[in-house]
Amino acid sequence: MSPTPRKKLSTDEKIVQMAKTVHSQGLAGSDPLFHVPSRTLANVNFNEVKRIIEMGEGKTAREFFNLGQSKKFMQTLLVAEACKRLVHAGKTNSIRDLYYMTKHTISGTRENTFDDQAESDPIIEDLEVTLDSLREELHLFASNKGAMVGEITVVDGGDVIDARRMGTGGWSVPSIVEPDVIQFRECEAKFILLVEKDAMWRRLNEDKFWRQHHCILIHGGGQPPRGVRRLMHRMVNELKLPLYVFVDNDPWGYYIYSVVKQGSISLAYESRRMAIPNAKFIGLSSKDVETFQIPEEVTIRLEDTDIARAKEIMAYPWFAGKKAWQTEIQRMLSSKVKLELEALSAKGITFASDEYLPRKLKDKDFLD
Amino acid sequence: MAAATPDAQSMAKRQQEISVADFFAKNRHMLGFDNARKAMLTAVKEAVDNSLDACEEARILPEIRVEIRKVEGTEDHFTMSVRDNGPGIVTAQIPRVFGKLLYGSKFHRLRMSRGQQGIGISAAGMYGQITTAKPVQITSRAFKSKPARYHELRMDLKRNEPVILEDREAEWPWSPTGTQVDITMKATFFRGRQSVDEYLEQTAIANPHASFTFIAPDATIRTFPRAATELPPEPVEIQPHPHGIELGIFTRLMHDSPHRSMGVFLTSSFSRVNSHAAGQVCKAAGIALSAVPGDLHPDEAEKLFQALQNADLPPPRTDCLAPIGVEHLLKGMHKELGAEFYSATTRKPAIYRGNPFQIEVGLAWGGKLDAEGAARVIRFANRVPLQYQLSACSSTKAVMDVAWKSYGLQQSKGSLPVGPLVIMVHMASVWVPFTNQAKEAIADYDEIRKEFKLALQEAGRKLGSYLKRKQAAAGQAKRRNIFNAYIEEVVRAYQSITLEDGASLRDALLETARKKTELAEKLEAMKHHEAPDEIEGTLVIGSDGLPVTMEEIAEGALLGPDGPSDGTESSPGAPEDLVEGDLESLASPIQSAAPHKPRGPREVHNEPSGPVGTTLNLFGEDEP
Repeated sequence: MSPTPRKKLSTDEKIVQMAKTVHSQGLAGSDPLFHVPSRTLANVNFNEVKRIIEMGEGKTAREFFNLGQSKKFMQTLLVAEACKRLVHAGKTNSIRDLYYMTKHTISGTRENTFDDQAESDPIIEDLEVTLDSLREELHLFASNKGAMVGEITVVDGGDVIDARRMGTGGWSVPSIVEPDVIQFRECEAKFILLVEKDAMWRRLNEDKFWRQHHCILIHGGGQPPRGVRRLMHRMVNELKLPLYVFVDNDPWGYYIYSVVKQGSISLAYESRRMAIPNAKFIGLSSKDVETFQIPEEVTIRLEDTDIARAKEIMAYPWFAGKKAWQTEIQRMLSSKVKLELEALSAKGITFASDEYLPRKLKDKDFLD
Repeated sequence: MAAATPDAQSMAKRQQEISVADFFAKNRHMLGFDNARKAMLTAVKEAVDNSLDACEEARILPEIRVEIRKVEGTEDHFTMSVRDNGPGIVTAQIPRVFGKLLYGSKFHRLRMSRGQQGIGISAAGMYGQITTAKPVQITSRAFKSKPARYHELRMDLKRNEPVILEDREAEWPWSPTGTQVDITMKATFFRGRQSVDEYLEQTAIANPHASFTFIAPDATIRTFPRAATELPPEPVEIQPHPHGIELGIFTRLMHDSPHRSMGVFLTSSFSRVNSHAAGQVCKAAGIALSAVPGDLHPDEAEKLFQALQNADLPPPRTDCLAPIGVEHLLKGMHKELGAEFYSATTRKPAIYRGNPFQIEVGLAWGGKLDAEGAARVIRFANRVPLQYQLSACSSTKAVMDVAWKSYGLQQSKGSLPVGPLVIMVHMASVWVPFTNQAKEAIADYDEIRKEFKLALQEAGRKLGSYLKRKQAAAGQAKRRNIFNAYIEEVVRAYQSITLEDGASLRDALLETARKKTELAEKLEAMKHHEAPDEIEGTLVIGSDGLPVTMEEIAEGALLGPDGPSDGTESSPGAPEDLVEGDLESLASPIQSAAPHKPRGPREVHNEPSGPVGTTLNLFGEDEP
């Protein structure tokens, strides 16, 4: 029996119910197990109407008496126990703290319950889907990653933040940005520009691109964390702003766009509050090398892993039906090169702010 | 060669006299006395082999005491003293047995025995006399009713005749009958490879019915107790088979024959030749059945010999062989080697060049055996250890021919397998073909090599089967230990979440874990298509030094980590380091047992690959 929580149960109650199920299974002499919704490609569906990735009904049994799953079973219960303590104490911890809360040496052995955070993070995600509780409901958050500047004022935990006056570093986007924490005030921005990396974001901030073009400039330090995605989702929906995604021209850049737009495979259950189906891809595009006369010397040869990943992405249902995207990726594959955002600097220090983005915006040269 | 003239006869005699002394001086390497290092071993070996043969022939359980003393005031003179409880030697025979080369009862007959030529012990005495000028001392009591006699002998090297220096009554308080021989010689004393120690240890393995005591020059005493009380069956003396004989010997037998007709000569001098066969052979050679053997012309003799070789005769009798037998092989290895697993095989008798022979193989694995480097091969011919010329031996070649990998051992192509393994090979035959006179390696006849290989494979399969079971049992215990460790974590989390007591949950989960791993073990056994009963011809020793049954192995009584690499688990996330880490902590106590001290219960041997026969305990209660 999996704990199929009904909505009325609190997170606290759901965890207790989970533990009691283990007890009754154990005493019945059966194999204690959890039914963990699968966070895999096989268990996601692309909802054509909503244009987001949704988690399917597929569940995997996580059995205690299965050598390959026994440790994960034990770890899941340990994470649940730590969350229950947090909920009970009314405190919130980072997922790194949680790693330390649950890490110890198993008595009588030299084995640790967890060896690094990379091991506990996915267990937390498993627990989220198993209990159908969001991370914040488990009293957990991730460390801040990503920054924002632009023509908007927000309230963060009661403090008024004017994103027009955030200096060179910007406002650090918290992990939890729900309306009880973050509220929006004055906004003159006409659009949001998500930049893949900090370096290009700084370039655009220094050039005060956001002031000239009336926008919000945000980056997520690579693949944007849930806080950044959720914040963008809220701004897009509540402030009715278009979102443009500005990433490297490589499979990883494509996938950042894909996650922002449709949601991710491993966190498909979060799509409905994070995916932004109207997001547009502004660049870099594989045709930019030609359009903008980018010198060949700054291109990078595709590696085998790039090629494999690109082919995988082409085959995702949400890309498969889009002719423009098939052309885009195919062009990258046949050119055999990729391009980093910083490559634009080869054309001039402020080329991105002064020429590239303005021209793309003016021509509405986007991929959808 | 019976010459007629007195001149020629005396000449021939003189030539013979010179040749015996010359023979030894020039060829002592052929007899094993080529250097001081080897001399002591060879002398001990000759004396002990004689003692064992004598005891067995007299149906006495051998008790042999070997002592080596350094001669005071010298650096490299030692006295070897070997005493047995054998039948003794009648006084009249003593001078010739110990003081004359090539005198013995063994050369002219086909009967399985340790010594074959009768050179041994007198050669040792001669070596001693040449190097130290000391006489050979013999004390022997042949009759319970009479006192023992003490002799001192010197050899007249020119005449190959013994000279009695002393002959008197002596005390013999040790056994009803027996013999002691003392030889002083130039030698070096050492231990380890190719030493007297090693020789006695190997002899003890191949002769579990004998007990040995060894007193070294430093007065340390090592005993090799008896592990079996049955004597080997008495070997039967047989006539040679015609297919195993050479022309020269054939002609000599014919000329020396007392029989007056060819028919009687053939049927009574050879095995497997009846009157019908004798008639056929004579007809084929064109010789009358009634011809007098001694009168045959050499050309006719050769014709007859060829006809005999071509004759379709039944194979030689094999009941003349007395193999060690599976039970004694296992007992012998067990008492001396301290291994964890033993398997043994005795092949059916086979024939090479008309000589019946029988091959036996014993394998010892694990336990105290050295896990580093190549397996140790110990070779025997008629229960006598062969300590030199390992690579020249047919048996060694056979060991390298076998694909040991299929039995779960490591091996590079064409070399000895690697691991904690002793391979014991034994050839029993009325005539063991050696590559040289010093009897150090068995000649590489195809028939012999083939039998060695088959025997090794047979014993190897038993070992492979054991290792597979052990691996399955280890896998099961590993699983159980993993579950048990995690159960504590699960119960603790349960208690913290629900604030309820988890004792009943713990009990229930531990019980399920036990059942689950039991099932897993059975499934494992089914996978290997093995019946759960014991493997025939094997012996498994537990941590308490006592034999274990296969059922107990399945119960995990015997788990060592040193099985072959565990291929049974590939599930991701299986915490491999759990068991290994635990073993590190268990491997720390060192209790190095003195050699041959009886092994106490729950003894942990310090072995590089980890302890053997120790159950894993993940909860630390029994951790040292």
